[in-house]
Amino acid sequence: MMALWLIIVLFGGGLLAWATELADPRAPRIVALLSVLLALLLVLVICATGAPQPDSPGAQWFLLEKWEWIPRFGIFLQFGVDGLSLLMLLLTTFLGLISVAAAWNEIQQRCGFFYFNLLWTLAGVVGVFIALDLFLFFFFWEIMLIPMYLIIAIWGHEDRAYAATKFFIFTQAAGLVLLLAILAMAWLHMEQVGRFSFDYFELGNLLMEAPVQLLLMLGFFIGFATKLPSFPLHSWLPDAHSQAPTAGSVLLAGLLLKTGAYGLIRFTVPLFPDAAADFAPVAMTLGAISILYCAKLAFAQTDLKRLIAYTSVSHMGFVTLGIFAWNIQGLQGAFMTIMAHGLSAAALFMIAGGLQLRFHTRDIYVMGGLWAVLPGMAAMALFFSIAALGMPGLGNFVGEFLSLIGAFRTHAWITVVAALGLILAAVYSLWVIQRVFHGAVSPVAESAGRVPDLSRVEWVAYGTMAAGLVWMGVHPQSFLGFTEPVLQLLLETSQ
Amino acid sequence: MTADQLLLLLPIILVAMTTVITMLSICIRRSHVASCLITALGLLLALLSLIIVHPLGAQEVTPLLLVDDFKLFFTALILAAALAVTLLSYPYMVNLEDHQDEFYLLIGIATLGGLVMAGSAHFITAFVGIEILSVALYGMIAYPLHRSLAAQYPMEASIKYLVLSAMSSAFFLFGVALLYAQTGTLHFQDISPEFGQIEAEGAGAAYFVLAALMVMAGFAFKLSLAPFHIWTPDVYEGAPLPATTFLATVGKVAMAALLMRFMSVSRLMDSDAIMTALMVISALSILVGNLLALRQTNLKRLLSYSSIAHMGYLMIAMLVVDTGAQSMGAEATGFYLTAYVVMTLGAFGVMIVLSGCAHERDHIGHYKGLFWRSPWLALVFTAMLLSLAGIPLTIGFIGKFYVFAAGVEGMQWILLATMVVGSAIGLFYYLRVVYVMLLPADTVDSDHSLTPTDLDPLPEIGLRDVLPHAVLLLLLAALLIPGVIPGGLMELLRSVMAGLS
Repeated sequence: MMALWLIIVLFGGGLLAWATELADPRAPRIVALLSVLLALLLVLVICATGAPQPDSPGAQWFLLEKWEWIPRFGIFLQFGVDGLSLLMLLLTTFLGLISVAAAWNEIQQRCGFFYFNLLWTLAGVVGVFIALDLFLFFFFWEIMLIPMYLIIAIWGHEDRAYAATKFFIFTQAAGLVLLLAILAMAWLHMEQVGRFSFDYFELGNLLMEAPVQLLLMLGFFIGFATKLPSFPLHSWLPDAHSQAPTAGSVLLAGLLLKTGAYGLIRFTVPLFPDAAADFAPVAMTLGAISILYCAKLAFAQTDLKRLIAYTSVSHMGFVTLGIFAWNIQGLQGAFMTIMAHGLSAAALFMIAGGLQLRFHTRDIYVMGGLWAVLPGMAAMALFFSIAALGMPGLGNFVGEFLSLIGAFRTHAWITVVAALGLILAAVYSLWVIQRVFHGAVSPVAESAGRVPDLSRVEWVAYGTMAAGLVWMGVHPQSFLGFTEPVLQLLLETSQ
Repeated sequence: MTADQLLLLLPIILVAMTTVITMLSICIRRSHVASCLITALGLLLALLSLIIVHPLGAQEVTPLLLVDDFKLFFTALILAAALAVTLLSYPYMVNLEDHQDEFYLLIGIATLGGLVMAGSAHFITAFVGIEILSVALYGMIAYPLHRSLAAQYPMEASIKYLVLSAMSSAFFLFGVALLYAQTGTLHFQDISPEFGQIEAEGAGAAYFVLAALMVMAGFAFKLSLAPFHIWTPDVYEGAPLPATTFLATVGKVAMAALLMRFMSVSRLMDSDAIMTALMVISALSILVGNLLALRQTNLKRLLSYSSIAHMGYLMIAMLVVDTGAQSMGAEATGFYLTAYVVMTLGAFGVMIVLSGCAHERDHIGHYKGLFWRSPWLALVFTAMLLSLAGIPLTIGFIGKFYVFAAGVEGMQWILLATMVVGSAIGLFYYLRVVYVMLLPADTVDSDHSLTPTDLDPLPEIGLRDVLPHAVLLLLLAALLIPGVIPGGLMELLRSVMAGLS
């Protein structure tokens, strides 16, 4: 029941937050905080008390739960938590807290509905990470879109209608392609076994001819690569990010992108190992293009949030590289990049949001010399920029380094080219710091007068994220240990 | 005819009696409340009578009417939709400076036609049903004719519908006559391309295809499938909202049920030419409907184009109807039709509740800021629009999933790809309406895309609005419950459709 409770807590918390707005406009954020805390607590309980059940498939699963849902199609409410999902859940609930913190003072209007959307997005993400029935997975995959759309469309910035609609159409259209591929698998199962099934374990045993496998794999790849996003499908992300409110950006960068990466690791490659191996050079080339092209685009941006958005696409290129290398180093690297980028990108978006709240601009050419005005925030920005550019000792370095090692073993030349992205990352990160925080104090900062530096809530949020990144960088084994048996099993079963 | 057979016709008899009683009551004394209540009660009784009829089992009542589970399911759907329209109409019509009573009479008659269509497996009853439904609809579309403040172009819409509908009937009849000349029967089950091939030299086959396509053109007109869709937006826009709602729900469902019976009972689909023609019609409808809906600012027109697209989706499932006993096509069609009725009723229902016969709120600008002005109605409208767009937690998503499943089974890959493209385009215009509702009510409308903006106070909710709002609540429940737990409806449809063909 544990996994189901996790989802109920978030869905229920959302409804409750909406309802309590009638009583007091400040109540929803407290309800939201409490329900995310409760969810985090549940995840920690699973972490602390759970152990892989020896009788589960591959002896990897901490929790496996199954109830009947739609018998006509053999669809079950099937949840499972293994080491990989567990850490993704940890990231989800932690960033959930961060996004509540980011919204704490920024959201002043229609608070109840905002926290409702925030919690439902989180519930969708949690569902994606624990669903083991492909229909259920798709269900959650879609569930998180509408609240995210509403967050951008209602609380977003000046061009929100365009951004929200573009986000929705891209992800939904890609989702339908994914649905088509899932249905085709269920139908193949019908042909081979005589009944429909969306069960992850059963679909793994399907026999498919090479062209069919390639087509279905492409369906899954398009679905996930749009969310990730990877190079040709990435254009929704900068718009969505630059228009979303800070909490929305945190959710998008920290979690929604990660569902795409998770989908690639959990479904695309294991379900279609041969096709994925054939497709790997293409996917890795796309990853390398994402890294270099989007790093270059980032350099050309004037809008701080757009810039960070492009760097996100660039960093997600390393994830694609690592996953399609399909060896243990590559996978661990992709996974560490997911975790570390979740924190660093969330923090950078919070800083961008914080600056916008204080100076009402996102234009980096207008800002300048802010170090003198906001020393605390400037220090934090420096820390997270350095983390994002891959400084050894912080989480991002471990992730990108391992991805590159893994990729080098299979496709050396692509990796060599992709590694150049690390140089570009250093260039744009430091350039931003220099533009925004160094130099003469800009007119904007002067005219704004005395602006408050980090509030206590912000200190706590940035502090914990920084601590997380240091932990990942100094002792990555405490995370890698959880995922290693899972990833090993995925590798073995799909060789 | 035995007593049992008479009992099987109970729903039809009850609806017929309702119209007679309504007529008599109008003769005695005109009363809007009485006409509405009599019609509503009659439809409700007919709906309840299904409890008696259902255990009797499937039977042919004369060669003309077939009462089986299929007929009973669609009877229930049609009656429920007609009942909802009746209840929603009352507050809309209450201020009409004209006699309102005949509108309910027309609803009763049109419903009767729909019930006959749902139970026919014979061209005579099919045609009689279609005409009863259509003739009543001409009246309903032109209803507020004498009042200038009501819907804008009722006369134009009615004439347009009359002429085009008559033309489609002519096509249909000509096709039927050609089929009859060839097969010597009007029973659906005897229609088969083999008859054409008995005649020498292949000309017979072409003759059969021509005849069948003429019949199909008749169906396509009434279902507003492209390229026979031209009338739809104008008629939807010109008619008063309750009539539009009735046309969009009962009119479509009855026709689709008839087509479904025709396609599964006859062996029409054995002919490749007809199959290809229907595939083209389906793909065209999806693309034309979705593309033309993109720039609409009138919600009635927008929903009319969206209905064209939805009928295109429906055709994908319909094409798979007769591929085998275990086929998912029939179930998918049934499910999608149910979903379509619920969401169309809900979307138009919200518009009706917000409108009155003197002032229809049918422009997108009228809905600006609805979320903050009337959260309840905006919530219902949003749910219906998201369901039309096929978003999870709603019946529309499961419906789309079902159609996808049927399409995969029938290997209609091109149509499925069209459906993916169409759904993606569709999101844009559904979301635009949702977005407009989310705007703050006092946003400045810089490019005038939302004029006429309407900040008149919304109609106050009085005692007479209780029933329409209750209908909306029921529709919301009917949208969400099968969207989350669709198992029950699926099993029901499975048993219903098992008896088909």
